[in-house]
Amino acid sequence: MNILGKRYLFFGLSLLIIISGLIILVVRGLPLSVDFRGGSLLEVSFTNQSPVPGDIIAVYHETNIKDVQVRTSETGSYIIRSQFLENETRDTLLKALTEKIGALTVIRFDNVGPSIGKQVTSRGTMAVMVSSLLVVLFIAWSFRGVQNALRYGICAILAMIHDVAIIFSITAFGSLLLGWEIDSLFLTALLTVIGFSMQDTIVVFDRIRENSSTYRRLDFETLVNHSIVQTLQRSINTQLMTVEFLLLALILFGGVTLQEFASILLIGLLSGTYSSIFIAAPILVLWENREWKNWFRRPEQTGA
Amino acid sequence: MARNLTNRIIIIVLILALGLWIDLSDKIQLVNPINDAVLFEQSITPRLGLDLQGGLQVLLEADLPADAANPGADEMETARSIIENRTNALGVSENLIQLAGERRIVGEFPGAEDTDAILDIIQQTGLLEFVDTGDFRPEEGTILQTDFATGSTDATTPPTDGTEPATVYHTIMTGKELRSVNVGLSPTNQPAIDFVLSPEGATIFAQHTAANVGKILAITLDKRVVSAPGIEGDIPSGQGQITGSFTAESANELAVQLRYGSLPIPLKVVETRIIGPTLGEDSLQKSLVAGMAGITIVMLFMGIYYRLPGITADISILLFAVILFAIFKLIGVTLTLPGIAGIMLSTGSALDANILVFERLKEELRSGRMLRQAFDQAWSRAWPSIRDSNIAALITAGILFWFGSTFGATIVKGFSLTLAIGVLISLFSSLYITRTLLALALEVFKPKNLERWIGI
Repeated sequence: MNILGKRYLFFGLSLLIIISGLIILVVRGLPLSVDFRGGSLLEVSFTNQSPVPGDIIAVYHETNIKDVQVRTSETGSYIIRSQFLENETRDTLLKALTEKIGALTVIRFDNVGPSIGKQVTSRGTMAVMVSSLLVVLFIAWSFRGVQNALRYGICAILAMIHDVAIIFSITAFGSLLLGWEIDSLFLTALLTVIGFSMQDTIVVFDRIRENSSTYRRLDFETLVNHSIVQTLQRSINTQLMTVEFLLLALILFGGVTLQEFASILLIGLLSGTYSSIFIAAPILVLWENREWKNWFRRPEQTGA
Repeated sequence: MARNLTNRIIIIVLILALGLWIDLSDKIQLVNPINDAVLFEQSITPRLGLDLQGGLQVLLEADLPADAANPGADEMETARSIIENRTNALGVSENLIQLAGERRIVGEFPGAEDTDAILDIIQQTGLLEFVDTGDFRPEEGTILQTDFATGSTDATTPPTDGTEPATVYHTIMTGKELRSVNVGLSPTNQPAIDFVLSPEGATIFAQHTAANVGKILAITLDKRVVSAPGIEGDIPSGQGQITGSFTAESANELAVQLRYGSLPIPLKVVETRIIGPTLGEDSLQKSLVAGMAGITIVMLFMGIYYRLPGITADISILLFAVILFAIFKLIGVTLTLPGIAGIMLSTGSALDANILVFERLKEELRSGRMLRQAFDQAWSRAWPSIRDSNIAALITAGILFWFGSTFGATIVKGFSLTLAIGVLISLFSSLYITRTLLALALEVFKPKNLERWIGI
């Protein structure tokens, strides 16, 4: 099975998904939730009434609350986003909603100060950077026996960046079609995928490490391809069967709160497996062959 | 094969028994057999997070200017325990107040119905100040601006009255100096609050009252004037009384608040989350169903695909669950939705280690090795990749945990903690338990037909 031979096809496929998602993000902006943006999210259900969103917005405006957006959920409740609410304002608001519209139950209320949101974003980014840096260093150290150990670390990180980009791209589609938002659960999913992406890449790389000491004569491309094929069954069984079984169950049977989280996690982990085989290992070969020298030449010369 | 098989089995059975004991009991107790003294007791009822049972989460932040130095760890700890005392007094059970980073406190009140009352009592900082207002006698209820908690902590003389448009009054001392507080009666038989100051407080109070006879000393609670008596003479005893328009009830409330202490630093609510009880219950039910369904499919798959080794892996996954749950109960992990996801992921990690070994086992057998030899090779060759990949996972979990604790983002923290513990136990489960069980199974069944037993 020659997986590496089609490497530019796989690169192209990934780029297609990533770029189309990024275009959505650039056009629409990041769908940040109150966790990062600051502000409040109130989810209520009314006992007897089913007002149109305009009625709710009117009550908010009467209470002098700005930036109001109302969305109805599948279960018939209302998800209302607005600016950060002081405690007293919230009391006034709930009273006003009850008086003007009807008896209600608060299902969920998230209220995040603007400064907190900003800090969470910056520290979250830092958490990602620090953990990836540590992992690169760890891989470089762990592969110190093979040639170009640092390369393995960097390729693992490139695969990870690929997975992160895929997640953002999928979330962009999700925000467009299903109203997904980037919240702290998204961050949890993202960091998990990063950890898993590394874990999976390391398994493939470990086989290359092992084989490179066994088959010294083999040229690098054949060696890497062989290693991928050897670990393929394991990759399929572990990722597609076990992890995806568990997460699929979570998506199908889990509560609404978890669906978005589980979907992102599922796609991210799928991408984690995909990128180990179709991104990380091929880049390793590409680097070894210094293929970029051929990228801008005439096609007839690249055949050599 | 595994050496000392008997010993290994004994160890596994002991761990299993210990795990089941912890899993099935509500508290663990060690009693000295000679005198029946209780040596060790710990309640180990499982804790459910807010997202699973509903409730209120509040994030409080020290209300100091952004450029001011962070408050001391002692002060934050005092503030934390004061909030704990106050909210406990409300009768909310199982609340959890924790420090989150250097200037934040996160409070969680599972199952809380009356969230308003909790928010109110937390937000009343209960900052009692004795404020020098000079000749100005403020009305009761006026909000005074004082120089306390505006960053300047040094007790230098405040700007003289009238020179600034918004007068900032000087705080002589705060409720920190209170030693004891009781409800008493004023000379006019109105409810009042009697207080005794600490020695340092008494000195400050004595000096100030001696030097400012005839001036006004306003007493404010959270910057709101409670009463503004004139200083009639110096008070060297360090004892005094706060009078105002109190009812017996409000005097008592104030006394309770002062007794548990005023917060050493003002706090503001920067984040509130309320999760309705139905949403939590729904999530819990559904995740349990999802977990069961997922695990059943996985176990079936492992058994069918990997045959005998797969079945031993299934057993070791069950043991993994028993041990994991016991450890969660022991160290008091709060189970949240992301926490459940963390458990599922570490279960995946445990399975991955098993799969790595079994694939290796098949490979070695296909290359013509004897079963015994292939068995040893499988584990030793799979080890480096299991080790390295799990260390990478632990690094990420560690960074996440740090991130979660600094921000009071308890969901992230819960997830990373369960993931880290899960990964560690998954290593034990796949490297020790599966290996022992498979060695035992091979001894017992002595399989000849490898295609049927191992599925190569």
